[in-house]
Amino acid sequence: MEDLIKITVIDREGVSHELEAPTDMGMNLMELCKSYELPVLGTCGGMAMCASCQVYVENDKVTLERNDDEQAMLDDAWYVEDNSRLGCQIHLAPEHDGLVVRLAPSDDF
Amino acid sequence: MITTDILIIGAGPVGLFTVFEAGLLKLRCHLIDSLAEPGGQCAEIYPKKPIYDIPGFPSVLAGDLVSNLMEQIAPFNPTFTLGESAVTVEETEDDQFIVTTDKGTKHKAPIVAIAGGLGVFTPRKPPIANITDFEDKGIKYIVKDPEEWRDQKVVISGGGDTALDWTIYFAETLNCDVTLVHRSQSFRAHNDSVQKAMDMAEAGKLKIMLDAEVKELKGTDKLDAVVIKTKAGEVIEEKVDSWLPLFGLTPKLGPIADWGLEIEKGAIKVDNATDYRTNRPGIYAIGDVNTYPGKLKLILCGFHEATIMCQAAFAKIHPDKKNVLKYTTVNGVNGFES
Repeated sequence: MEDLIKITVIDREGVSHELEAPTDMGMNLMELCKSYELPVLGTCGGMAMCASCQVYVENDKVTLERNDDEQAMLDDAWYVEDNSRLGCQIHLAPEHDGLVVRLAPSDDF
Repeated sequence: MITTDILIIGAGPVGLFTVFEAGLLKLRCHLIDSLAEPGGQCAEIYPKKPIYDIPGFPSVLAGDLVSNLMEQIAPFNPTFTLGESAVTVEETEDDQFIVTTDKGTKHKAPIVAIAGGLGVFTPRKPPIANITDFEDKGIKYIVKDPEEWRDQKVVISGGGDTALDWTIYFAETLNCDVTLVHRSQSFRAHNDSVQKAMDMAEAGKLKIMLDAEVKELKGTDKLDAVVIKTKAGEVIEEKVDSWLPLFGLTPKLGPIADWGLEIEKGAIKVDNATDYRTNRPGIYAIGDVNTYPGKLKLILCGFHEATIMCQAAFAKIHPDKKNVLKYTTVNGVNGFES
């Protein structure tokens, strides 16, 4: 299907998960991970207010530029690296096909 | 001992609305919540965010939804135990439950309705290995009685309103030698407080260290010093009396997980074909805290669950009493006199 893209998510044990994501459902990366039952809490529901969906971006398929809310939240989060983004702020689109991310450490899992 | 008909754990929107539906059935409610104010996530995490899927409200701020619910349930005189979290539940011989909080407050009711959302709000703790060694020995995550810090040398960390507001208060009112340490150059807090703190720093009334982070803690019996690392690679050791890492709160299911309830993926399993009962008769779970096939974590779904649950509570409390569904358009809202 045209609207499907492939995203690779590496979990905290180092296991790679190949996920198929629709790009016509307004879905973000946090929601995609949850729909595949990967260990991502998404406590705040996607408002960039909890950082429980922090990921490290491992290739150039998405920008490392953060929006203001996201930047502010990451300023108060842990384990933040230069390639950190909040999954909930990555709104899946065709250009993200082939994106590889790694889940950041979490106190909840 | 506080006694009531339905003891509600959690004073978020769903817990609050339960009071209304119970009140229509002439059942009284008492609510327990770990936060100091009612409203749950709506009040604590996103009070200024608009919600667009409350039926009949094209848009309502989360904080306003809470105020509206408080107004709606006022006729039913709900009572509250706030700032305490429910820790244990015991069953009594007369088929009731006794729920005790972390501060020892006891509550007795024939029905317990868990509307605990994502759980008890607990402080987000920085991942520093020996941080727990200094808890209450120089480190606290929440300011309850600020006088405790009077005249001290204090480092505060965080970039939100809580961190900024306490930094200003400690310097202005408590005669503290305060340093605010923040990871970046910008703050999440209100611009007014940021400007005020910056002005005070300029006037030498407090210190602000930007692009910096507390990375290590030193001390034997109590905290003696924090080690601050800056983005530029500087390492500064600051002697302190106290460190306050104020990074906000995050919900954790907490002690309810040990109540003998069936838990699935961090939520309480309920029977959605009947009345949101758990595996323990008399204990129900409604709203974000529960799970069942097809569960949607939406406030509006929680309202429905609360309504169904109250009917079941009535039948359990008054097994021999006839009850029919009453419409508020017909009968209005008849509150309790006292």
